[in-house]
Amino acid sequence: MASGAAHDGGEPPNEPGNEPGNEPGQKPGKGGRAHRRPTSRRRFMAYLIAGPTLVAAVPLVSRTLGSQASAADSPAAEVGAASVPSLPEPAEIVDLSDLLTLAAMPTAELIKVTMNTDGTASFALPRAEVGQGITTSTAMIVAEELDLPVEKVHITLADARPELEFNQLTGGSNTTISTFTPVRIAAAAVRARLLQAAADELGEPVEQLSAIAGQIVSGTGAAIGYGELAAKAAAVADSLINVTLKSSDDFKVIGTPQSRIDARAAITGTKTFAMDLTDREVPGVKPAMVCRPPTINGTVRSVRNTATVAAMPGITDVAVVPTGVAVRGDTFGQCIDAVRALDVDWGPGTEEGASDDSILAELRAAELPLAVPDVPLLAKTVNADFVFPFNSNSPLETNCAVADVKTASGGGSAAVSAEIWGALKSPIVAQSAIATAVGLPESEVTVHVTEGGGSFGRKLFFDAALEAAQVSHAMGKPVKLMWHRTDDFRQGRTHPMSTSRVRATYLPGALGAPGSVLTYEQRHTSVGTDFSHGLGDAITALAAKLPVGNLTFSETIFELSQQTPYDFGLIVDQTLTEVNRGFNTGSMRNIYSPNVRTAQELVADKLAAGVGLDPYTFRKKHLKDQRAIAVLDKVAERGNWGRSMPAGTAQGIALHPEYHGFVAVLVEIDCTAATVNRTIRDARTGPRVTKAVCAVDVGLAVNPRGLEAQMMGGIMDGIALALTSSLHLTDGYFQEGSWDNYYYTRQWNVPPELDITVMPATSDSPGGAGELAVAAGMAATACAYARATGTMPTKFPISHDEPLGFDPLPTVPPIPQSPTDGLSRAY
Amino acid sequence: MPTHTFRLNGEQVSVDTEDDVRLLWVIRDLLGVTGPKYGCGLGVCQACTSHLNGKAVNLCCIPVSDVGPDDEITTIEGLPATVGATGDANGGTLHPMQQAWLDNDVAQCGYCQPGQIMAAVAKVRAARAEGRELGDADYDEIRNVCRCGTYHRIREAIAQGAANM
Repeated sequence: MASGAAHDGGEPPNEPGNEPGNEPGQKPGKGGRAHRRPTSRRRFMAYLIAGPTLVAAVPLVSRTLGSQASAADSPAAEVGAASVPSLPEPAEIVDLSDLLTLAAMPTAELIKVTMNTDGTASFALPRAEVGQGITTSTAMIVAEELDLPVEKVHITLADARPELEFNQLTGGSNTTISTFTPVRIAAAAVRARLLQAAADELGEPVEQLSAIAGQIVSGTGAAIGYGELAAKAAAVADSLINVTLKSSDDFKVIGTPQSRIDARAAITGTKTFAMDLTDREVPGVKPAMVCRPPTINGTVRSVRNTATVAAMPGITDVAVVPTGVAVRGDTFGQCIDAVRALDVDWGPGTEEGASDDSILAELRAAELPLAVPDVPLLAKTVNADFVFPFNSNSPLETNCAVADVKTASGGGSAAVSAEIWGALKSPIVAQSAIATAVGLPESEVTVHVTEGGGSFGRKLFFDAALEAAQVSHAMGKPVKLMWHRTDDFRQGRTHPMSTSRVRATYLPGALGAPGSVLTYEQRHTSVGTDFSHGLGDAITALAAKLPVGNLTFSETIFELSQQTPYDFGLIVDQTLTEVNRGFNTGSMRNIYSPNVRTAQELVADKLAAGVGLDPYTFRKKHLKDQRAIAVLDKVAERGNWGRSMPAGTAQGIALHPEYHGFVAVLVEIDCTAATVNRTIRDARTGPRVTKAVCAVDVGLAVNPRGLEAQMMGGIMDGIALALTSSLHLTDGYFQEGSWDNYYYTRQWNVPPELDITVMPATSDSPGGAGELAVAAGMAATACAYARATGTMPTKFPISHDEPLGFDPLPTVPPIPQSPTDGLSRAY
Repeated sequence: MPTHTFRLNGEQVSVDTEDDVRLLWVIRDLLGVTGPKYGCGLGVCQACTSHLNGKAVNLCCIPVSDVGPDDEITTIEGLPATVGATGDANGGTLHPMQQAWLDNDVAQCGYCQPGQIMAAVAKVRAARAEGRELGDADYDEIRNVCRCGTYHRIREAIAQGAANM
């Protein structure tokens, strides 16, 4: 294959003079909506790969720093006439999306679109599908440039491809941003080649042919299906081809609402998750579970009854692994019995005795002071101090993976090869870590990426895949390893506890004129977030090129993801300080933003009151970007901002900029006693968001229906983070062990009214979608709660210090037995 | 090891296993029918919701010895046939509730959705047995967890599915 040729310099060559148009006068005017810039047709090069059927390939890189219009270009001074403009923050110039894209450039390898002889096209996406809808949007992108119906595009998830280096990480809502153009180029190359093959076949000039819905059609009425042309169009030698991408004005698929390509599989029970693999796919595979320690990261000193447990019904093996004691058996039910029967002498964990209070005290001690800014004597100050306890990023599919480690002579002997199946967002790093753990070269470890049952950050790491490999190696047998729900909450990764202190100064309004904000400082202090899943390598590679100086990985991600969308004066300063501890942590959907931005939006409401404006008008006056104003205006209009509401209920409004996009959320909350005191068994009720209105602008929405779905989910997360969901740390372990303990949004918390508007395209390139709505949803809910109750909440979720509402499950045995009363609860 | 016989999606099945193994594991691990999902094993998340003689149950909470040869278990795979539909993953007609799920593009990751659909069908049937239709108060009672947060589309799909049931 032509992999050597792929290294010739990052972005595919772009013909000079064919850059997207950016004529003067196209910028949005004050108060008007941003208009999409017209583009000329851009030309690129792609590779044709020799073989029996048509394959086109391009390096997986797309945009560059130069193509990213800086937010500093926006007419901030015009928009915020009454506000003091702030200097752009790093995230406005280069954000995390850009970093991930840049990181891929020098090392990117080829991605390939294949035309099959049955008339379908195939593409193996080097990303993980965990519900965010990227297989569907990618199928749409291929279909668009190939003029093929979406249902004839097959998207699979690529195995770990170490040659892709940084470019097989699914995170930072970056998938569509980074793959949009390369996938289009490859598909367009296939189309161009099919046209040429048809021209040869028909003896007609290519200019007289059109590609329509999977056929090449001639003006004379002749038509040849793509499938028939696929072999004829195949390259006899690797070669280069010029391709021209469609103008966005000609899009027929991109930008239209499409249902998910995997929807039918999901609702017929045939979508295959890792735990749905059977011995049809992996001969000899059997369920396995691990008996875990009673405290976080405790260790096995000894097992007192190995032989007894190994003789239990259905159990085939018992083995000590680094994370606990593994069992393998005919059914997971029998594994649960065996885990519960194990009598283990446990060594201490990494957080013995730690509690919410002890960790908070440590964070307090690490907080950096807020500087006292030099402001006029008449200035007033808003001080606010927020606490965000631990959260869980556990999806509904618990940590799990299938592993088949072949050994030379049985369990524990030298490994010969390994094959892994799991929903892995960093499969290359997983492959490397597994190779090291079982003592194999990476080339002997095959990692398959399966469909994931949710992620929310959890699947950035590969804890279960590594553990499954260790268990399979120790037993010398294939295993499908699954964490129990209780393990997933107690030993799984968490979004760590943090505090946020804010100080802002303003001049109050006078003589009927509104005042102005002078300074804004925020000190975010957090237990360290683990980014050792490959993103760190990307940052290391690029650190010297970024405008963030010599910061840690976490500080860099914080700087690259946190933007203040408002002109809050000449000093706008947000910092992150981390306290490193022994917790298992990781990103949770939208990482720092939900907490940081909720703090900022609550303070924005305080400032609004201080300068004499209502929350909507204040935001509109201080927003830097016209796109931000447009989404804010949209929710204010559709949500009827400012309408009269009964006592104990209120509206809240918030905005969030990230991933080259903007989202605004307006909610109405009911904090009346009748609602707050609703009694539902084993549930957290409390205040209810009764209506949520959302407007989103991601530049170009590839699939508006999928984008709406991500906004809906993000808002449900935001509501949970504001009102109900957190982990309680006591005596070195988390109290929560089931979904009736960890109060993620349930139907009784769902807003009966939900209204989502996808704004018309403001760009020719897509922004990120999967995480965007969480921060705005949380912030709007918090702001509404503050207005309904007259008290600004300072700890999230607001219910964290209420009685637990459940009896914590025991820690020994580490997992509970399944009930047996299912018949009595039939309905 | 005892032999257990029951009906699964219209077919008589027999399986040799201990009495106390829960139906979820018998059906998934021993019979290879994987539509019902594991989300907790505690009767909380409801991802394994299926029908036993037409009523919604959590398979993770029923020992296999609780069912006999005349008991009919329907998983998501067997739902279309309960209304005479013949569709599956590849095409054909589906149960009206499944079709409503498609029309509303409810699923995101899809992991909880078989259980959600089975719960929805049972809720509609239960309300009909009481001579009424579902409303917001009924939706509030549905305990199935969806960690992707598809709850609102679930409500819309149930309303549509119920209208066609």
